[in-house]
Amino acid sequence: MNLPPVDRRQFLTRGAAWTAAVTLAPGVLLYDMARARPAGEPASSAVRWGMLVDVSQCDSGCDACVQACNREQALGTPTRPTDPQWMRKVQLEQNATGRKVSLPMMCQHCAQPPCVDVCPTGASFKRADGIVLVDKHRCIGCRYCMMACPYKARSFVHAPVEDHSGATPRGQGTVESCTLCVHRVDQGEQPACVQACAKEGRQALLFGDLNDPQSEISQRMRALNAISLRPDLNLDPGVSYAGL
Amino acid sequence: MTWLGLQRYVLMLLWGMAFPLWAAVTVPNLDVGQGGHCVDDPRFMRSNHMKLLLHQRDQTMRQGIRGGKYSLAGCVDCHASKINHSVLGSNHNFCQGCHVYAAVKIDCFECHSSSPRQPAMGTAATTGQKGEVNAGPLSGNGNHFTGLTSREGSP
Amino acid sequence: MSQSATSFSRIEARYFFLLLLLGLLVVMGGLWAAYQMESQGHILSGMNNQIVWGLPHVFAIFMIVSASGVLNVASVGSVFGRKIYKARGPLSGLLSLGLLAGGLTVLMLDLGRPDRVIVAATTYNVTSVFAWNVLLYSGLFATVGLYLWTMMDKTMGAWSRPAGILVFCWRFILTTGTGLIFAFLVARQAYASALLPPLFIVMSLAWGLAIFLIVQTAMYRWNLQELNPLILKRLKNLLGIFIVTLLYLMVAYHLTNVYFARQVDFERFILRDGGILTFLFWGGYVGLGSAVPLLLIFLPGLGQGRHMWIASLFVLTGALSLLYVFIIGGQAYPLQIFPGYHVYSSFADGQINSYNPSSYEWMLGVGGMGVAFLVTLLGVRVLNFLPYDDPHYPLESN
Repeated sequence: MNLPPVDRRQFLTRGAAWTAAVTLAPGVLLYDMARARPAGEPASSAVRWGMLVDVSQCDSGCDACVQACNREQALGTPTRPTDPQWMRKVQLEQNATGRKVSLPMMCQHCAQPPCVDVCPTGASFKRADGIVLVDKHRCIGCRYCMMACPYKARSFVHAPVEDHSGATPRGQGTVESCTLCVHRVDQGEQPACVQACAKEGRQALLFGDLNDPQSEISQRMRALNAISLRPDLNLDPGVSYAGL
Repeated sequence: MTWLGLQRYVLMLLWGMAFPLWAAVTVPNLDVGQGGHCVDDPRFMRSNHMKLLLHQRDQTMRQGIRGGKYSLAGCVDCHASKINHSVLGSNHNFCQGCHVYAAVKIDCFECHSSSPRQPAMGTAATTGQKGEVNAGPLSGNGNHFTGLTSREGSP
Repeated sequence: MSQSATSFSRIEARYFFLLLLLGLLVVMGGLWAAYQMESQGHILSGMNNQIVWGLPHVFAIFMIVSASGVLNVASVGSVFGRKIYKARGPLSGLLSLGLLAGGLTVLMLDLGRPDRVIVAATTYNVTSVFAWNVLLYSGLFATVGLYLWTMMDKTMGAWSRPAGILVFCWRFILTTGTGLIFAFLVARQAYASALLPPLFIVMSLAWGLAIFLIVQTAMYRWNLQELNPLILKRLKNLLGIFIVTLLYLMVAYHLTNVYFARQVDFERFILRDGGILTFLFWGGYVGLGSAVPLLLIFLPGLGQGRHMWIASLFVLTGALSLLYVFIIGGQAYPLQIFPGYHVYSSFADGQINSYNPSSYEWMLGVGGMGVAFLVTLLGVRVLNFLPYDDPHYPLESN
């Protein structure tokens, strides 16, 4: 890596942010990612943002993450099959053993995203830091990405949007999905769901840099034997699951 | 004379000749909201805001470049009416008023909010300078359009 | 060649205006429905976040696939030099243009943002099959237009064969492209199969010929003409072969799935437990769409003009049923994200998704058929598209 000045600056900002964050929010578990990218600097492929879901820490009765997501993005409470669900809780029962587990599902932010491959206009795209997004200025609403996604991560906006108070602009006739709270990540904060999970006193969600082998997420993924969903498809998702 | 200069000259000429016609058109009386110093020269912004917004939009969306100078939310923060807290609503509201006047469809606000961000998040406090609302050469009465007509409409 | 053909090709005036009015009404209904869906959103449709492609796609894909299939006749004429087919080339080209226009209209108006459809041309994603198809579809318009020109302008006659070969290649690639829209969907049980492009090509052959036969019969009847029974026999045998080939590929497709343990539940759903989908598959496609036409074609004593007309109508009934099962059924069956688990969620994980097409979707789909109808109607009225067979010229012996 030939980027010593940047690295040093990042190191310094990281250090400063660490101190600030620990002072400001005691009791909330903080990770190695608390660094805001300076204004004017593009997202870099040196990091790859990802998430680890520790299923053993996830309670089937808890949907704090989902509620936090719906609040953050002003999605409302879904009641109809046409309502958006960027994040959802799935309850599972193993056929062979009857073992019950519960976990959140959302966009898996694949390294090889099928939605990006099939999008005719390039509205679906992957940012340099691995976050998969929909550019709604380009989306024509063909819904091919929804056909192509193996995780049912995407929703289509079926009616005019009334509430614009959410963090992500949303509009009728376009497709949308989890943004990994890119607006927060760019400020050096964690996604709303991760924060909500920690607030509930759980540690089911962990956010961090998958490219850094020393990051907490990388370490815990190794320790907990995390797997990705539909590994047969080889999409290299940024979200992985442990304890499934 | 450069081509651009010639264009401007011809335009001014036409403008003057057509003045009786223009006089019949009601120039929008815009509610500039908080107003103050714009991020750039208002004349420049008036003719280029769409390009600037488009450029920054793609940079922010695709590359994740944050904190640029020309943001739509920035427009809204400064120019939302203090009456209905929006840049839309009537033909006096900043965005709607001018776009109706210019007959250009505006579809930003199908997705984006037409109301200012929360004060804590917004940049309004830093860019808006309340003491100078009426100070600019174009905002003698707080109306960009009257400024425009009085300057270029009387050669 | 013929002096009388031109006058025969004109549909009688009172019929023409009645049909024109009917066509216009249907198209206007479709446009109205599309406008409503654009202004109020797809909430007006029966589609949702699980069934994202609904009835409009069934109609659109039906028309696009058939648009390539109706060119059979022209291809056999120009590429393989068969005279009786050559006489039918122009009609076949016109029908292709009409069906393609109808199908694309529906596809475009069903977008969430039809107002932005131009974006599909200005920003182009080379890995998207949809984007490839944008080129393939517009290319078909261009090549078929060129082909029609070479056939109908006598000074261009020498170019007819090269143009025919170009169209022949283009339409195979185009139907392959349409099949690939599904074949490349790795996520879903019903799709992700290399069998789909050939399946779509055979679909196009069968359905396109059926449409051609229906239109040809109607035109002959309006012009009080009788079709040479030998020509009819050729075309009917061809239709029979296409129906059987399609059945064969369907058997291969489903048998493969039944053999793969991970696909068995999906097959059980389509073939046995799928309610309306199962009914449409067996009753609509296998029964009405395949068995009945085969009987009408091949039973001794049948196979006359009117039997062929009815057989063709049944083939089209089967076509729409099959596409409904393929498109809706493929989405109704839940995605298998967690094999080995019974799953439940607020987002219909692990559940069969239900879909009830709304009247708006019906109007849009049928409106697209109206577009195809209008293009054909106006074409045959204004220009000379009636196949003219030289009565003194003996049919080729094979």
